[in-house]
Amino acid sequence: MKELDLATLVAVFQEMLGWTFWPLVALAALATLAFLRVLLRDRSLIPQRLVWAEALGVMGGVVAVLVMFTVTSSGFADLGGPIDWLLVLAIFGFGTVGTALGLYAALGLFRRRVA
Amino acid sequence: MARAPQAAVATSARIIVIGAGAAGLATASRLAMGLSGASITMLDKRREHHYQPGYTLVAAGLKSPDYVLSSTREWVARGVNWVEEAAAEIDPVGKTVTTDAGQRLPYDFLVVATGLTLDYGAIEGMDVSRIGQNGLGSVYAGPAQAAATWRAMSDFADKGGQGVFLRPATEMKCAGAPLKYAFLTDDFLRRRGNRGRAELTYNAQNRVLFSVPIVAERVRMLYAERNIRVTHDHVLRKIDLDRRIATFRTPQGDAEQQYDFINVIPPMRAPEVVRNSPLPWQTGPWAADGWAEVDRHTLRHVRFPEVFCVGDIAGVPKGKTAASVKWQVPVAVDHLIATIQGRESAERYNGYTSCPLITRVGRAMLVEFDYNDNLVPSFPGVIAPLEELWISWIMKEVGLKPTYLAMLRGRA
Repeated sequence: MKELDLATLVAVFQEMLGWTFWPLVALAALATLAFLRVLLRDRSLIPQRLVWAEALGVMGGVVAVLVMFTVTSSGFADLGGPIDWLLVLAIFGFGTVGTALGLYAALGLFRRRVA
Repeated sequence: MARAPQAAVATSARIIVIGAGAAGLATASRLAMGLSGASITMLDKRREHHYQPGYTLVAAGLKSPDYVLSSTREWVARGVNWVEEAAAEIDPVGKTVTTDAGQRLPYDFLVVATGLTLDYGAIEGMDVSRIGQNGLGSVYAGPAQAAATWRAMSDFADKGGQGVFLRPATEMKCAGAPLKYAFLTDDFLRRRGNRGRAELTYNAQNRVLFSVPIVAERVRMLYAERNIRVTHDHVLRKIDLDRRIATFRTPQGDAEQQYDFINVIPPMRAPEVVRNSPLPWQTGPWAADGWAEVDRHTLRHVRFPEVFCVGDIAGVPKGKTAASVKWQVPVAVDHLIATIQGRESAERYNGYTSCPLITRVGRAMLVEFDYNDNLVPSFPGVIAPLEELWISWIMKEVGLKPTYLAMLRGRA
C-alpha cells in the first residue's frame, strides 16, 4: 500500500461501508461533539457517570473484537504474532473508547439527575 | 506511485481500452480522470465483472459466489464509452481495432487489457462441466465452479483419501493460489479430524514451489510441517474423470496419480485476439503463449509506442495479480498522458506484486516482491512477510476487496 494517503483511505472505506460510511463518520463526530458539550457544561468529569460509561465501554470493546472475529471467520487461536495481539488490543481499545465516550455523552445529555 | 494529474489534460486523442477486467476498468477510470476531451472507448462483451481474488474464499466455503460478482456497468467511469463488443482483430500498424460485430475503430493510443485465456482444452480428458463432481475441483474456472470446487473439497475433507494439487507450466495468474488451496484443504481435513485419513500431494511444475526463492523455501518448510508431499517437474497432461486418475508429464515419462480430490489448474495463455496480432513476444519464454512484448518498467509496447499492455496480458516476469494491476496502471497511464503532453514520464513499475498467501482459515502470509525477487513489504518491521499472521488474513478478508473496488474507480 504505497499510496496510503487520506484520499485513498477514504475511497477504500467508502467501498467497504457503502452508503453507511458518511453516516458513521457523522455519528462519530456527533458523539465526540456531544461528549465535549457535556464536559464543558459540567466543567469536569462526573465520576459516577464515568464508571458506568467505562464499564459498558469495556463491553463495547469485547463486542468489537468478537464482531471482527465473526466477520473474518477467525478466532483467538489464529493470532500468530505480536502484531496480531496489538491489532486485537487496538480493536478492543477503539471499541471501548468509542462506546464509553458515546455513553458518557448520552448519559450526560439524557439522564442528568441520575448520572 | 503516480497519481492522476491534478488538472485534466485537454486532448482530442482517441483511446481504446480492450477489456473491462480489473486492468481495463482501472485504466479507463484513470484516463477519464486525467484527460478532458479525449475519446475513451472500452471494448468488452461481458456484462459481469468478477472479483477474481475472491475465488479462493468462495472455494473455501467462506463466501457465496455473489461475493465475487458485480455488473461491469457499475465500474465504467463517466466519460468512458463502453462498447459491448469483443475485439476480434488488432492492427497496431494501421492503428485500428476491429470488433466481432465488424466495427472498425481507429485509435491514437491503445491499451490492451484483455486478461488471459484458461486453456482447459490442453488437458486431455478435462471437462469443465464436471467440476464439483467425482472429486474434480478447479477454482479458476469461475464463481460457480469455485463454489462447486468447495463442495468437492468439503466432501473430501469429510472422507479423506488422496488429494492432488498442481499448477501449469505456463505463466499463470496468482501463482500463490495453487499453494493456498493445498493449505486450505489440509486445514479443513484437520478441522474435521480427518487429516490422518488423507494424503496430500502438491505437484510443482518445475524445481521450486514459488518463483521467489525465499518464499519457496518458506512454503517448503510449511508443507513439510503440514505433511504435504511435494513432487517436482510434474505437469498435468491428461485426466480420467471417471477412474479419477491424473497423468503428469515428468522428465522420466508419464506418471499417474490416483485422486479422491484434485484441484485442476489449466495452462494459461494470451487470448486469441492478441496471439493473432503482431503484439506478442517474437522470441524468448513469453513468445509461445503470446504474452505482449512490453517494456517491463513502463508497460509500453516495445515495437508500437502508442500501445500499452497492462494486467495479465503483459509479458513481464512477475505479476498477473490485482496487486500488479494496482501498481502497473498508474505508471502506464502516466506514460500515455505524458506522450500526449509531449513530456517524459519518470514513473517506473518495479514488478511489485503481492499475494496474501493463505496458510489456513484465519492466517496468511502477506508476501510482496518485485522483479528482482526482493521482498518489498509495505509495512516493514510491522507485518513480517514470511510469518503466518491473523492481520494478513484480515487484509485479505476485509481490506482487499474494497481496495480493489476503489482501484476500479481510479481512486486507489
